[in-house]
Amino acid sequence: MSLAKTKHIEQSTVLYMNGVSVSFDGFKALNSLSLYIEPGEMRAIIGPNGAGKTTMMDVITGKTRPDEGTILFRDEQDLTRYDEAQVANMGVGRKFQKPSVIESLTVFENIEMSLKGGRSVWQALVQKLTPARQQKIDEILELIDLTDRQHEEAGSLSHGQKQWLEIGMLLGQEPELLLIDEPAAGMTDEETMKTAELFKRLAKKHSLMVVEHDMDFIEALDCKVTVLHEGRVLAEGSLETVKANPQVIEVYLGR
Amino acid sequence: MSQEFKGGPLTRLIMNDKAGRKLLLALLLVSVLVPLSNLLVPEGSFFHVSTFTMTLLGKYLCYALLAVAVDLIWGYCGILSLGHGAFFALGGYAMGMYLMRQIGDRGVYANPELPDFMVFLNWTELPWYWQGFDQFWFAMVMVLAAPGILAFVFGALAFRSRVTGVYLSIITQALTYALLLAFFRNDMGFGGNNGLTDFKDILGFDLQADGTRAALFFASGIALIVGYLISRFIVTSKLGRVLVAIRDSESRARFMGYRVEWYKLFVFVVSSMLAGVAGALYVPQVGIINPGEFAPINSIEIIIWVAVGGRGTLYGAVIGAVLVNYAKTYFTGAFAELWLFMLGGLFVLTTLYLPKGVVGLWHQIQEKRRSPGGPGGGSDIAAEGKA
Repeated sequence: MSLAKTKHIEQSTVLYMNGVSVSFDGFKALNSLSLYIEPGEMRAIIGPNGAGKTTMMDVITGKTRPDEGTILFRDEQDLTRYDEAQVANMGVGRKFQKPSVIESLTVFENIEMSLKGGRSVWQALVQKLTPARQQKIDEILELIDLTDRQHEEAGSLSHGQKQWLEIGMLLGQEPELLLIDEPAAGMTDEETMKTAELFKRLAKKHSLMVVEHDMDFIEALDCKVTVLHEGRVLAEGSLETVKANPQVIEVYLGR
Repeated sequence: MSQEFKGGPLTRLIMNDKAGRKLLLALLLVSVLVPLSNLLVPEGSFFHVSTFTMTLLGKYLCYALLAVAVDLIWGYCGILSLGHGAFFALGGYAMGMYLMRQIGDRGVYANPELPDFMVFLNWTELPWYWQGFDQFWFAMVMVLAAPGILAFVFGALAFRSRVTGVYLSIITQALTYALLLAFFRNDMGFGGNNGLTDFKDILGFDLQADGTRAALFFASGIALIVGYLISRFIVTSKLGRVLVAIRDSESRARFMGYRVEWYKLFVFVVSSMLAGVAGALYVPQVGIINPGEFAPINSIEIIIWVAVGGRGTLYGAVIGAVLVNYAKTYFTGAFAELWLFMLGGLFVLTTLYLPKGVVGLWHQIQEKRRSPGGPGGGSDIAAEGKA
């Protein structure tokens, strides 16, 4: 009875991390970290350098194996057992801190390649650009405001545009959960606000986990905030609550 | 990009590849005209191509196919193989074994079954791995299978363990060196130091006859054209863009959900087979295959051909292979001792001043001529070089 009940409660998470620890040469990058993300939720993650933000993303996306702990995706798949490509195909998209688009391909080709499906070698060799895929690409280009530059090499885009292109590539994968590392880094104020708007729109269909340092950006996201420190959760709640937390002020915000 | 041709896959492949189209046309003309002028135009005429020259050009065509194979993995997928000579040599040995069996009882020891070197070693019967090579079709299967299987096993181990960059280059180099040492041994059963030679005929045709030479030349030209088209088909498909993604940002490709190791393995195996075919056509034209073909320096030379021609274009590899080998033929005749220094210098110069090779230089010159005002409108050139 009680088992069924707990299970029912757990089913409302897209991402379930419990007691996850990772250490590198004795240094505990993650120290029994627990975190839950609900479907359609947007979550901001903040924390000082070395708090374990990037390691956390590595662990979720199959790049790093945790020493212990559970990571469940949609309550069923144990993400610690799969590699990067498999995790990506399950529906977890990741955006890096440094914009990593394929610079020598065009904007269009970057999006085309990201579109869901056709991941096997054979499919990639014979796959054609169907009208449905073309339409999907057009929609994404429209959304990220790069329709005019679709035939230019991605390397020629500005920093902010590359960030957007990478977000567009994430959307092409149609993930349920998006992990986004410092999207606002290097963006102008206007671009930052546009990005926040875009994320808020996305949060209705996807779950988002956004790592960011820019407090204005987080304020604009207007969502629940988790503060990481030394590989574990230090505080969680609305931005105001977190900002008022004395420990958070001590380690992160400064006096 | 701007004007996409529709139609069958082959038409599209050729029509959307401006530079490649010119190259293919030139190759087709060479493949047909050189043999014809050798056979039909009387000796002494200006238009006569001697058998010596034709054989030399045939060698260049084989090298060009080898260069295309290397460009496919290095230029598009960033796999810098310093051991591709091994696949070329394996294809060559497979062909050589067939040619040895063709000698029959015309060898010095007149043994109908065993090649001379086996009789010399006092062997009484043919080793198991020489069985079947009296059949041409079997030898041709092995020309593809021997390099392909080695590349598959080697690639599966290396790529699954995520060996990349310099480390991968070093182990490919070690691979070809290990094979060099192995093939030097007499008891390997491949003729040891001397390799396989004294071939008599192929499919019943005398290898010394002009007609056979002409046919081999034609076959080399066609193999290069087909190899180019296969490579071109791969790099223009979505798979080709995944390869470029792996080259530029391997982790991005992984996080997009592509199993990078399978893509690398596929293109590595295809490339090894192209190299094997090149080796198989090379051997009957030069008349010998020996372990020297496994020498690491040979594999490094291929890299230089591709770099000089311009990597990541396929046609650049063809141009580079022909140019460098023509230079080699000329200079090893004129100043033999200096050639290796010149080759090294050429590589240094290309790396420093011509990162896109001769092809890139050509594009730059054209660009300047088109818009003397300065740079700009570069996207067309970039697309041309990359696509």
